[in-house]
Amino acid sequence: MEIIIYLIPIAVFLGIASLGAFVWSVNSGQYEDLDGAAFRILGDDDKPISDVRKSSPQSR
Amino acid sequence: MTDLALPSDLGCPSRLAPPSRDEESGDLSAFVQKGAGEQSLLLSIRGAKCGGCLVKIEHALLALPGVTSARLNLSTSKLKVSWRGQLSTAKITSTLTELGYGVSAFCEDRTERSAKQEERSLLIAMGVAGFAVANIMLLSVSVWGGYGEMGEGTRTSLHALSGLIALPVLLFSGRHFFKSAWSVLKNGHANMDVPISLALGLAFSVSVWETANGGAHAYFDASVMLLFFLLIGRFLDARLRRMAHAAAHDLAALQNRSVTRINASGIAEAVRSADIKEGDQIVLAAGERAAVDIKITRGTSSIDESIVSGESEPRSAHPGDVLYAGSVNLTQQMQGSAMGASSDSLLADISDMLNAGEQKRARYRKIADKAVSLYIPFVHSAAALTLIGWLLSGASVRDAVLVAVATLIITCPCALALAAPVAQVVASGRLLRNGVYLRSGDALERLAETDHIVFDKTGTLTLGEPVLVSETSNELHEAAKLARASRHPLSRALVLAAGPGQIAQDVTEYPGLGLEAHIDGLRVRLGSADWVGVGAADASPGLALWFQIGEGAPVQFRFEDQVRPEAACVLGNLQASGYALEMLSGDRAKAAQHVAATLSISDWRAGVSPQDKTARLEALQQQGKRTLMVGDGLNDAGALSQAHASLAPGGAIDVSQSASDAVYSGGLDSIPVILAVAKRARLVMRQNFALAAGYNLIAVPIAVTGNVTPLIAAIAMSTSSLIVTLNALRINLKEV
Repeated sequence: MEIIIYLIPIAVFLGIASLGAFVWSVNSGQYEDLDGAAFRILGDDDKPISDVRKSSPQSR
Repeated sequence: MTDLALPSDLGCPSRLAPPSRDEESGDLSAFVQKGAGEQSLLLSIRGAKCGGCLVKIEHALLALPGVTSARLNLSTSKLKVSWRGQLSTAKITSTLTELGYGVSAFCEDRTERSAKQEERSLLIAMGVAGFAVANIMLLSVSVWGGYGEMGEGTRTSLHALSGLIALPVLLFSGRHFFKSAWSVLKNGHANMDVPISLALGLAFSVSVWETANGGAHAYFDASVMLLFFLLIGRFLDARLRRMAHAAAHDLAALQNRSVTRINASGIAEAVRSADIKEGDQIVLAAGERAAVDIKITRGTSSIDESIVSGESEPRSAHPGDVLYAGSVNLTQQMQGSAMGASSDSLLADISDMLNAGEQKRARYRKIADKAVSLYIPFVHSAAALTLIGWLLSGASVRDAVLVAVATLIITCPCALALAAPVAQVVASGRLLRNGVYLRSGDALERLAETDHIVFDKTGTLTLGEPVLVSETSNELHEAAKLARASRHPLSRALVLAAGPGQIAQDVTEYPGLGLEAHIDGLRVRLGSADWVGVGAADASPGLALWFQIGEGAPVQFRFEDQVRPEAACVLGNLQASGYALEMLSGDRAKAAQHVAATLSISDWRAGVSPQDKTARLEALQQQGKRTLMVGDGLNDAGALSQAHASLAPGGAIDVSQSASDAVYSGGLDSIPVILAVAKRARLVMRQNFALAAGYNLIAVPIAVTGNVTPLIAAIAMSTSSLIVTLNALRINLKEV
């Protein structure tokens, strides 16, 4: 069971690394707007922006 | 409400907010921040509510030359644009207004920044505590699993490792509690943080002592778990409170407009409205909203004071008249002198009313506060009595202290700290799915307590915009050709009814009178009764436009600000449920009486100023009534803040939205839903507190008799928190 002498420090070290990543994500403002981040990835990049004055009104 | 006057791909694609009318936001170049080679601008956007809006806005801005980043925060409607090189702010704002969104400059104030910092630090503290819980639990489960078989040396080293992880975490994540407890104890009082800090400190010290002496039980896992659950509660609370802060802040955004001032050398320059002093010469363009109170010196125009007074009919303004901050200049450019700084304007008075209301709200004693005040003495006396009891019955100091600390840990309020925040978070999510934005968690309790509802008229009970009610005819399409050239609300209503079409050439607008053009050689006029030569006797009261081609007979178009279709049904249901209803309107008595009669409201007042509305609500509250105010205009903002609880419709001006407790989209149908969810949430909160109390009744005897081991403490804490959270989720279950 002596293997736990270095398994435990490895586990704790992994924990600290993920904690560091979490702190970085909070400080870079990723928790400010969870709704917006979710929608941004759904945006369609290939459609051109419609020129609102030229297009005719569409019925909804 | 479909809007045929504007193309339907303007504004929010999901129609969660109406498209913004073209309003001049002024030259925002005064608000640009210059960085290293890059310039950036922070903007506040109106009307962006869904993912489609976000994509539309960001893609449109990224397409502009030089823009390096454009990021919209959908939760707070703040947009940050950064660019290199020459890009005028006018191009940015015009891109946004062409898409159908309202734009104004945004300056983050100190309170908002510190609230954001506090929330972030709580989130990080929670993350660190979570890390500690997971890693110490890893070690604790090993100890529990090895019960009876694990050697003392192994057990002690595992305990020591737990202690090494626990120490920095307790100091870092627990500092919120320690600081708060210390500051309160210095003044001789006690709050919830005192028993928490005591429990954390004692648990840690006792565990270190036990580890040093090779004892069987160490409470490191219980102490960090306690810290973790408490921080979850604190974080949820801080997040909800930050959303509520915005009242004074959004008012400041209204005042963050740019104003065109004529300086000493006679040149017009753009300055921040906060920089305007009394006596400055201001130029107010057509379509611009006044940022300060102005005394007009040159020019004649029509002004829309509806958001200030609720008056649905625009009035004409001449040199010598006073134009209040918040009114919109409709037709022609005017010049005037500022009557005071923006801090002296009507807007500032309303801001003061808002602050007074907010402070009153802050003193409201929530259920949570009442529970806490009962809890503190209970916890301390339980622990002290346990210690004394065990010592008296002949146990060793070590055993007595261990049992007392265990009692202190297990009575510590994970369930209590979570009871209110989880219910509030679940209820606010439930309301969001019904199109209601809840602005603060404790609003739920206040909403549930109300018994007297006060409605504003224009925009709340009525649609807020005039609608053509006379018969459509050929003249309508002819009249629309002139009307399309004007921003006057009645012209817009005419165009709405007529549909798309041409605009006549060379239309001249005479403020206060009407429009004139020459079509096919004939003089065509659209305007007031005087404009077309109709005598006062024939002119009917109420909103009307007269139309005359050449010397032919004038045709009248009548408009009405119609009552919302669902209003009668909703108000009937509310009355049947036992609420007393009342209407306060800033509009004329005739218009108010008509609406009150249609909706069978017996208690109504007309011609009410913003100060009168606030005074009426104060009077009702002194009579002991718990008032719910529903309103949308700037003239309602003070009343919304003063009332026991308040609601604003989605079309309301930003300030009123911020002053209210919840903003509802989709009509008056939402009001019964909001009240029902609020009542359910209050019930669930009370149940949660009862469950927390029940948990203590079970836990304390177990602790006092010395049966609490770290394993039991961990199970007890997690179970109580889980039960409270699951109970809160019941808010989602029943159909409202």
